[in-house]
Amino acid sequence: MPTERIEKVASSRGEGGMRGRVEVALIGCNHTSAPVELRERVAFTPEQALKAASELRQSGIIEEALVVSTCNRSELYGVSGEANESLPRALMSYFGEFHKIELHELDGRVYQHVGRYAVRHLFRVASGLDSMLLGEAEILGQVREAYNRALGNGSTGPVLNRLFQGALEVGKRVRSETEIGARPMSVAFAGVKLAERIFGDLKGRRAVIVGAGAVAEQVVEHLRLRGIGELRVVNRSFARAQELALRMGGAAAEWSALEKSLEQPDIIVTSVSGSEPVLTRAMLERAMPARAGRAVCVIDLGVPRNVEPQAEGIYNAYLFNIDHLGEIVEQNRKARESEIPRAGAIVDEHVEKFLAWQTSLEGAGLVQALRARLNAEREALLTAHVGGANGASANAAELERLERLTKELIERIVQLPEKRLRERRKLRRPVEGLAALRELFGLDAGDEEKR
Amino acid sequence: MTNWLDVLALCFYVVSFAFYVLDLYHERVWSGRMATLLLIAGLVAHYYALLERSRIIHAIPYDDLYGSMSLFAWLLALTYLGLELLHRKRAVGSLVVPFVIFWLIVAVEVAPSSQPHAPAANGALFALHITIGILAYAAFAISFLLSLIYLIQNRILRRGRPGLAFWRFPALEVLERMSRSSVGIGLVALIVGTSLGFVWEHRLTGHFATADPKVLFTLLVLAVYAIYLAIVRAPAWRGARAALLCACNFVIVLFSYTVVNLYFTNFHRFF
Repeated sequence: MPTERIEKVASSRGEGGMRGRVEVALIGCNHTSAPVELRERVAFTPEQALKAASELRQSGIIEEALVVSTCNRSELYGVSGEANESLPRALMSYFGEFHKIELHELDGRVYQHVGRYAVRHLFRVASGLDSMLLGEAEILGQVREAYNRALGNGSTGPVLNRLFQGALEVGKRVRSETEIGARPMSVAFAGVKLAERIFGDLKGRRAVIVGAGAVAEQVVEHLRLRGIGELRVVNRSFARAQELALRMGGAAAEWSALEKSLEQPDIIVTSVSGSEPVLTRAMLERAMPARAGRAVCVIDLGVPRNVEPQAEGIYNAYLFNIDHLGEIVEQNRKARESEIPRAGAIVDEHVEKFLAWQTSLEGAGLVQALRARLNAEREALLTAHVGGANGASANAAELERLERLTKELIERIVQLPEKRLRERRKLRRPVEGLAALRELFGLDAGDEEKR
Repeated sequence: MTNWLDVLALCFYVVSFAFYVLDLYHERVWSGRMATLLLIAGLVAHYYALLERSRIIHAIPYDDLYGSMSLFAWLLALTYLGLELLHRKRAVGSLVVPFVIFWLIVAVEVAPSSQPHAPAANGALFALHITIGILAYAAFAISFLLSLIYLIQNRILRRGRPGLAFWRFPALEVLERMSRSSVGIGLVALIVGTSLGFVWEHRLTGHFATADPKVLFTLLVLAVYAIYLAIVRAPAWRGARAALLCACNFVIVLFSYTVVNLYFTNFHRFF
């Protein structure tokens, strides 16, 4: 963390820079803490997220606010300008009020984290370690979107900016340095990945979708992302085939043209409900000569199976059924789980990095407060003993000299701790008793009044 | 005679292999790049080791098993590097580099402790004939490895139970393309190398030794690989059958390189 940045951040906080410990707090619920009925009720739309953040800041509960809301989690992050033990409770009350939910309904279903634990939680979320589907990639995009919206709305400040930038960095590192996000975790994705094992690049390839199952649509989604060239939908109901083809961006074909449709595609996806196979070995064998022996990948998503099991032996026809795909998903889940310790280590490393930065920020604030306090004492002394009613004897030149000397004395006193905080990064971690130092020197606002 | 450059090259190859394996299991940009860079470093050290030997014997190393195998290992690594850069696939490196290491270790182990003698035959044309001939063998060796990977991957796909490394190897069609490229390089090299041999022999003796078993086996190698290239895209052959044919072809290459050289030919030694 460059020194200039610390100073900029501290000064940009205005009075906040003079304050004590800045604490990150969060409350929220996810798929592990709350049932879907409750998660539905506490979800924030993007507009609601911005509204809640603005209200929280205006009410003075927190200085910085940000809401992360996805299909599996709703979380409210806040930063208070000074240590406030009741902050999570205040956030909880607002959370309940905003969604018009009684607090007792939230009890035990909403988690609260403060400081290190809040930081760690966000970093785990961004890494996909807290996701229902371990290591899923979407969450990082959702965190980025939530942050960008809040940043645009001006509801974040230096601490949340740093925290969320750190979270995005952790998310990227975990995905690039571990296998947590690698390999398919859904049946649809596993099917497409297997097709890639045969053909390599799927760009410009041809696919036929037989039937109209929901998983088949997911397969098409993945194929589209990979630039599939031609897509044909064959269904018993031609109207339904047309509807699907329109939605998927392909062409519809009559059920009677099914066998003819097998002659061109590289990938065939079947998802038909019915007790009898719709593709037989004989049909595929008849299609092979017209294909000039080109390989075909048949992804059978039907239960019962849509492709006759005997078709497995056809030369250059690769057949994968739902059990094959399920086994791959299970194997990959275990592989991802084995990466949790490595991902956790990266998260912990960044948590320490953030906390060190936070401590340095507080250190800069402490020095600033000390300087301000000493200057106030200096001015009071000069007014009382030199420049005031009792000290009229001092002439202007003498007064100016005294002011210069006392100012220099204060600068010399604060110079050393300021310099050490700037230069010695290691010093920042042990200086965790900054609150005690503030108390010792009476640097908090309340102390001034007491004095 | 083993020199320190051989040992240095061996070290580079071994570390490069470690990085290729690391890249296979945990694909990282840095590990893949390190593997390639170390392979290049190994090639450079190996080149200077070969150059050093050539300076001593005033010819391309072909007259003893050490020189021939060392040159083969170098050309194997060089051909693989070319394919890696062409197809942008590193996974195969973890299977090719061990072969390079194996050949080099054997070469170092069998090297005589005394200084090698200058062979009777030398000259630029002769050197090209040998080098290009061994390049062809190296390219066929790589196509053999690629075909083996194809067959294993094909089997895994058919069983539908892929393991961790499975996702890292190139797709079947990519393996087939790489194998075709490799056979293409091998065929061109063999045609050019053999032609240069004929020209050199004609200049020296005034006739062509067409009845030499080595020449006949070379023509057989040319024929089987030409057949492979011709049928690799034919409906009945494309895929696993072509890969199997390519793998089997290499048995003839090995036979020609070892048994024929040692027992059947009079003037072809270790190449």
